[in-house]
Amino acid sequence: VNILSFTAVVFAGAIGAGMLGSLTGLGGGVVIVPLLTVAFGIDIRYAIGASLVSVIATSSGAAAAYLREGFTNMRIGVFLEVATTSGAIIGASLTTHLPGSAIEVIFGVVLLVSVFLTVREQEAPSIAAHGHGLGERLRLSGTYPTPEGDVGYTPRRVPAGFGIMALAGALSGLLGIGSGAVKVLALDQAMGLPFKVSTTTSNFMIGVTAAASAGIYLQRGYIQPGLVMPVMLGVLAGSLIGARILVVARVRWLRLAFGVAILALGVEMIVGGLRL
Amino acid sequence: VKSIFSVVAGWSDLALERATGVILRVGVIAAAVLVAAGGVVYLVRSGTQLPEYRTFSISLSAYRSPLAIVRGAFDGHPTALIEAGLLVLVLTPVSRVVFALFAFAVRRDVLFVVFSLVVLAILAVGLTGHSL
Repeated sequence: VNILSFTAVVFAGAIGAGMLGSLTGLGGGVVIVPLLTVAFGIDIRYAIGASLVSVIATSSGAAAAYLREGFTNMRIGVFLEVATTSGAIIGASLTTHLPGSAIEVIFGVVLLVSVFLTVREQEAPSIAAHGHGLGERLRLSGTYPTPEGDVGYTPRRVPAGFGIMALAGALSGLLGIGSGAVKVLALDQAMGLPFKVSTTTSNFMIGVTAAASAGIYLQRGYIQPGLVMPVMLGVLAGSLIGARILVVARVRWLRLAFGVAILALGVEMIVGGLRL
Repeated sequence: VKSIFSVVAGWSDLALERATGVILRVGVIAAAVLVAAGGVVYLVRSGTQLPEYRTFSISLSAYRSPLAIVRGAFDGHPTALIEAGLLVLVLTPVSRVVFALFAFAVRRDVLFVVFSLVVLAILAVGLTGHSL
């Protein structure tokens, strides 16, 4: 297999991963890494380096589109980025000390948890009309558009959200993923934000979080231009295609089906990492 | 500078969000174009060689400083072109934090100016490759 055909196959796989990531709501990173390691036998450090880059591209591209819709809360984003970027540097530092097999096992476990968090039945979010004192003092309140006009909200449990965000940042730096599932958990479950505000604000923060780890990955040789090129372009193209499909189709069953497929990849990574 | 200040001061939240969206879109498109251009040159020049990503070895690029990347990109070196794209890509979210800092400063929102500065400081630590 020469570089030309290798690049073509990786590019095709990355388009598929980008589509799956956006259709399932998992994000491209958690899909492309198992694909590269399990299917192509690529070392996990190169895989998470390529994934981290594609995560910055897809989240920035998607954020640009979401910002026009008026759901993204930029104040909450900037405030919680203090937590996610700190966490990311801790995570990226940790990953440079771990053997590849350990990163694979942790990745597999996080993949399983992410699928569970994303695919599970969403309860109707209990939107906090009157929030936590800190949410009011930091003026984190916002409004979001509904067919009946703008509706207001104020985040509650801000410290808990901040803590979960630091964890999400650490996972992002450790595994080269956006860890959108954990970010949404912090915004939606802990801070009681409306679901669409949670998903768009989570996506808004992913690029900055991943950028915090990028320099460390680059310095350690995780980011190989020849591999990053087809992965970044493929995942970006795939996520754009996936977003188009999402507009025209309700995809609940699709999410479930792909969720199961991705679960299998997660188990495969754990087994591979443990050398069972 | 004073006029930019007064223009942004008059912007609504929605206008700030749209401007942020434009920064992100332009950055991602520019990055993708540079990476694709580098990719074409790379495939033409080394497409027949063999890929080696199965085992990890710390092989660092010859282009590690932003200046070296830009110089190499202007020489049309494929790796440098791809890395120039990655540089633009990483600087895209960074620039939107800088823009937010500016917008908060215009509105004299001291607390959020501080938050933006803290985020930029952490980004500076990470981007210069300082691990803990």
